Amino acid sequence: MKLKEGQIRIPSGCAISAVISREGKRMTGEKIIESMKPMHDRSNGLGGGFAAYGIYPEYKEFYALHIFYDDNTSRHTCEQFLKDGFEIVRAENIPTRKHKNITDEPLIWRYFVAPLASVLARMQLDEKEYTARIVMKINTEIDGAYVFSSGKNMGAFKAVGYPEDVGEFYRLDEYGAYLWTAHGRYPTNTPGWWGGAHPFGLLDYTIVHNGEISSYDANRRFIEMFGYKCTLQTDTEVITYIADYLMRKQGLTLEETASVIAAPFWSTIENREDKELLKYLRCTYGGLLITGPFSIILGFNGGLMALNDRLKLRSMVVGEKDDKIFIASEEAAIRTMEPDAENIYSPAGGEPVIVRVKEGVEL
Amino acid sequence: MSINYIYPEYEVVRNDARCIRCRVCERQCANEVHSYDEERNLLISDEAKCVNCKRCVTLCPTHALKIVKSDCRFKENANWTDDTIREIYKQAESGGVLLSSMGNPKPLPVYWDKILINASQVTNPSIDPLREPMETKVFLGKKPDKVKRDENGNIICKTSPQLELSIPIMFSAMSYGSISYNAHASLARAATELGIYYNTGEGGLHEDFYQYGPNTIVQVASGRFGVHKDYLEAGAAVEIKMGQGAKPGIGGHLPGAKIVGDVSRTRMIPEGSDAISPAPHHDIYSIEDLRQLVYSLKEATEYKKPVIVKVAAVHNIAAIASGIARSGADIIAIDGFRGGTGAAPTRIRDNVGIPIELALASVDQRLRDEGIRNNVSLVVGGSIRCASDVVKAIALGADACYIATGALLALGCHLCRSCQGGKCNWGIATQRPELTKRLNPDIGSQRLINLMTAWKHEIKELMGGMGINSIEALRGNRLMLRGVGLNGKELEILGISHAGE
Repeated sequence: MKLKEGQIRIPSGCAISAVISREGKRMTGEKIIESMKPMHDRSNGLGGGFAAYGIYPEYKEFYALHIFYDDNTSRHTCEQFLKDGFEIVRAENIPTRKHKNITDEPLIWRYFVAPLASVLARMQLDEKEYTARIVMKINTEIDGAYVFSSGKNMGAFKAVGYPEDVGEFYRLDEYGAYLWTAHGRYPTNTPGWWGGAHPFGLLDYTIVHNGEISSYDANRRFIEMFGYKCTLQTDTEVITYIADYLMRKQGLTLEETASVIAAPFWSTIENREDKELLKYLRCTYGGLLITGPFSIILGFNGGLMALNDRLKLRSMVVGEKDDKIFIASEEAAIRTMEPDAENIYSPAGGEPVIVRVKEGVEL
Repeated sequence: MSINYIYPEYEVVRNDARCIRCRVCERQCANEVHSYDEERNLLISDEAKCVNCKRCVTLCPTHALKIVKSDCRFKENANWTDDTIREIYKQAESGGVLLSSMGNPKPLPVYWDKILINASQVTNPSIDPLREPMETKVFLGKKPDKVKRDENGNIICKTSPQLELSIPIMFSAMSYGSISYNAHASLARAATELGIYYNTGEGGLHEDFYQYGPNTIVQVASGRFGVHKDYLEAGAAVEIKMGQGAKPGIGGHLPGAKIVGDVSRTRMIPEGSDAISPAPHHDIYSIEDLRQLVYSLKEATEYKKPVIVKVAAVHNIAAIASGIARSGADIIAIDGFRGGTGAAPTRIRDNVGIPIELALASVDQRLRDEGIRNNVSLVVGGSIRCASDVVKAIALGADACYIATGALLALGCHLCRSCQGGKCNWGIATQRPELTKRLNPDIGSQRLINLMTAWKHEIKELMGGMGINSIEALRGNRLMLRGVGLNGKELEILGISHAGE
């Protein structure tokens, strides 16, 4: 019997791409889809996906839950469960168009929800923590239901297939986002499960990642101490939880988070002015240091952070043009989005590239 | 009266054609096995006294000597082995408890040898430690639960006291008294040079070694020998010894014959008196008492030094360790049942306690299940024999390893397991001046440094092969391990998959 994602750890190679407008200007999904085409050979048709930020302004106060269901039984069970804790203001199928290369689709639903104030008060939790817990509960306990996106005013879209086909399937040309990230996957096995595609997300954090981290089990066993459950056994999942833990629960900044997961070498720390802080972070969160090759783009409401492993074992380039910043595994992808992109460079290993939408821009 | 048949266990085989009658064997053997018969111009042997320590064999300039196991044995019997029969004869004669030294020699499972390590192929690259940085530095001690910031939003970079190790290995506790001054000098100097720590054991700290304090762990054991204010302040950390892998549940006994001169002064007991450590600490009959001692020692050292609590690996070790973690300890040291000793009752050494691999795996998992693994560091010993044992221990979840037998071997020990006799021909487990001078601390410390340097290279190679360039990323990374020839329960406890899975 073939094992699905989560029952077995499947190494993958990948392509990633992202574009953000610092002015918060909305872009349709066409450009980001195009950017994946020159990197076609970095995927093998077994997973593609996108994350889009700023796409649900009319529902921006509500968590947008994107859920895959195996069948209507699992949908009914899950909806019943959701009603116990949330007000559901809208429930609908996510619009798709038939595509010859995208088949065997599950039921794909989205819900705009708000946690019930009475439930939050009873459980003494803030709404983010409550929502995160419910997402993890659905994914581990409700058979045939899988929440693959759970942030506000953003959404992930993913499937088994090449990313350019996945983008067309989800009609991403009809959405407007100020930040897009994209992922094409080259898994070594063929589980063929939609939930296993990337990006992976929790609340508004999403990760697209290229690499296979060698620290996986050290990271997983550390993060699972704090209420996270790594059900997919993928790098992307554990990195998302690490980001959520360090930033949302521990209150670290993006820069501090980068100094934990791609900590400078001790020999570098010795010569740094902020060595006391770097030593503190590395010592305290040693279990969250990520080794082995990775290039990741972490998306969140209002910005992104791109980061390479500290040896720079995966390619990643950055370019810009006007208000836009482009990041991709290959320069060709950036040139597809913007032929006149400027200041193209490769960030050093462990050097975070942080881009935020300008302050004051209404998203 | 029956007469016991106890034939010497070993034979001294002397090649007379090679023997030049230099009599070095005679001078070197503190057990007085060899003697010279002038009339016949022959060296003769009293093999009944031989412990097979190989001192004479090593120093014989013409390789005229070898020690072999005697083939004059009892009638073969798989149940009543020679050892068993011999022990019965000894006890029938003496009425006493059998004593023995060093680790458990029985053929019980060594799980390290049934665990295999991973390496990168294709999907991610291995890393060459000769070309890329490969970090083995470790900090031991309690880590903060939550970041605190000052009024400007800057992180307050204050942690509980930490021990900084250049490699995740320390020299485990061996008291001055059980081993010699020169052995201690070798350990202290090597630890300082290497940027790691050695441990005083329960015999106090000789005044000459206070200079190595920054690399010394001072031990407080049930006998409290040699414990005073300066002693506690001299060390980098204080270790409370609750138990030892070779003899869980019992105390210690250093015979009066070894309590001479400096040993007596350092232990703060009269010369010639037996140093008897009680089985329990008589101020610790429960976990809440342990907490009081932990905090007493922290008060005495002004919260500047981490407190280690060392326990033997016993059946309920996971719950015990969890209790220790909640009692203020910064570091828990667990000693497995194969751990060495200067002297222990044979029955206890060979039958009490559990393997360190299983103890480590269950403790690490329990502390994680309770969410307190980062509140405490885990050090394991008994017995860590080589660099791959270290790597496997770290991957199972240890922060660092304690080694002692390995260190003694580097100093010249040949594992004859006769430390209790006090006649160590290698100058290690003895206080006789004519024997202790055989261990030169210049050479001893250099050999320890060589050993640790070699292991460091090997650890780096193994890490690089896995694509890991920092020891933190190996800690608890059980996916890097696979079992071979283990049953389902063993794999479940170790938290690893079987090879091929």
